[in-house]
Amino acid sequence: MHALSVRQLVKVYASGVRALDGIDLDVPRGDFCALLGPNGAGKTSLIGIVTSLVRKTSGEVRVFGHDLDRELNAVKSAIGVVPQEINLNLWDKVSNIVVNQAGFYGVPPGRARRRAETCLRQLQLWDRRNDAARTLSGGMKRRLMIARALMHEPALLILDEPTAGVDIEIRRSMWEFLREINAAGTTIILTTHYLEEAENLCRHVAIIDHGRVIVDDRMAAVLTRLQQEHFLLSLATPVATLPALEGFAARLVSDHEIEVAVPRSRHINELFAELSAAGLQVISLRNKANRLEELFVTLTERRDKAPDRRSEAARP
Amino acid sequence: MSLRQQAVALATLSRKEYVRVVRIWLQTVLPPAINMGLYFLIFGELIGARIGRMDGFDYPQYIAPGLIMMAVITNAYGNVVSSFFSAKIHRHLEEMLVAPMSAATIALGHMVGGIVRGILVGLMVAVVARLFTPLPLVHPLVTAAVFLLCAAIFSLAGLVNGILAQHFDDISIIPSFVLQPLTYLGGVFYSITLLPDLAQQLSKLNPILYIVNAFRYGMLGVSDIDIGAAFAMMLVSMVVLFVVCVVLLERGTRIRD
Repeated sequence: MHALSVRQLVKVYASGVRALDGIDLDVPRGDFCALLGPNGAGKTSLIGIVTSLVRKTSGEVRVFGHDLDRELNAVKSAIGVVPQEINLNLWDKVSNIVVNQAGFYGVPPGRARRRAETCLRQLQLWDRRNDAARTLSGGMKRRLMIARALMHEPALLILDEPTAGVDIEIRRSMWEFLREINAAGTTIILTTHYLEEAENLCRHVAIIDHGRVIVDDRMAAVLTRLQQEHFLLSLATPVATLPALEGFAARLVSDHEIEVAVPRSRHINELFAELSAAGLQVISLRNKANRLEELFVTLTERRDKAPDRRSEAARP
Repeated sequence: MSLRQQAVALATLSRKEYVRVVRIWLQTVLPPAINMGLYFLIFGELIGARIGRMDGFDYPQYIAPGLIMMAVITNAYGNVVSSFFSAKIHRHLEEMLVAPMSAATIALGHMVGGIVRGILVGLMVAVVARLFTPLPLVHPLVTAAVFLLCAAIFSLAGLVNGILAQHFDDISIIPSFVLQPLTYLGGVFYSITLLPDLAQQLSKLNPILYIVNAFRYGMLGVSDIDIGAAFAMMLVSMVVLFVVCVVLLERGTRIRD
């Protein structure tokens, strides 16, 4: 049984915008799935429908086998959601926010208070439990939303850009926490614009564009689709002109740095052989960009250049 | 979610609303008491002394039940409409919408918040009124029942307004242009027997007239309206408003895309 199963999901807003154009998606139980796509691709609409904040136009949604239309309460009980925008009552105390949320799911007060302590400690917010939410920093507010979403111990946690605007240190501690709860059995669906985050955390990736799923595969399989990777090499000695590197496209970034594109058909050892032959000594090497980011840009650009089937279909 | 879990959710929402009323008591409870104190001072003492007796009572005593109801109506309504609309605008209403709370639980929880504020303010106004005039309780059970029903009805009316409102203007239009005129014309300051026949008949279309008179009957033992009719009107209004709230919440009208 899948944690989430979506079939032919369509959402057309009152404005006429077709946000989802027949989405099919399966997220296995226990998975850590990245839901990616450019702005306006339909990710938030999909999450909105699954969490019942948005009404679907047509299609089927099942959460752990429960049908959204017929077993709404079972679906809601199974899901914890961390929305993209801060939606906390900023005048309320941190502890009240989490305890009340548990109460809304029918968790009795005593258990809710114990659970609140666990969640707030895990997310390093216990010391701020008596403070109003408005006094928290941006990163703390995001962590509070995660704590709130976990209060009823959901089997499926959906996070819509949970680390947006969060500094790298807090982001990494949040990653660690998400890895832990995933390892403990919680299925996680994550949308993010930080593709490094998706690549580091997720085992499964679905890319949505123009309301359709254009990629739905295991992360490792998706990354093998990359045709080439770009590396930045720091040189031991400065060079004025770049010598030819047989089979590799390269450019001089500065007199101490070159950028080289390594096709998937070539080994990096071959690049080093070419560099040695050209008399270049390399001190260090790093990826120019995140690999998933490269693939994402390639896929979504390719789709943007293709004729829009929906608008063509609308033409007389 | 089981009935027991719904009860936990209802208790949670009710407590949340109650805490909100008490936390901001300077905004919720104190101003109406001061406001009504001024009504008693001006209409009761200064002008009322020249008006003389009405239905056999001193004017300040005659208007006291109506002023208490006026405070209950305004505050029960205002509490729920502002709480719900604020939660909708700031999006923390989603905390309830993503949870498996039934629409009836959400409606009842907000209603409890409105009733708490209505009762607190009503009691404060009664204390203020007592400084100006004796307050008899001829029919205590009727008084208590009307007190509760009035607060419940206008809490639910406020919830309907909060659900349908899309802009801040939408939550001030009804109180300013509907509720306030109906309250002033609802027999708070006068007996409708003073009005010409046509005006009396028109006044009987005003639901607030029934509430004010039922409450006056509970306190003073006099009413322009049949008490049975007043209770029937109040009970029907409460049930109809509750059903409207539940239907709107279940449909997600103006709260779900």
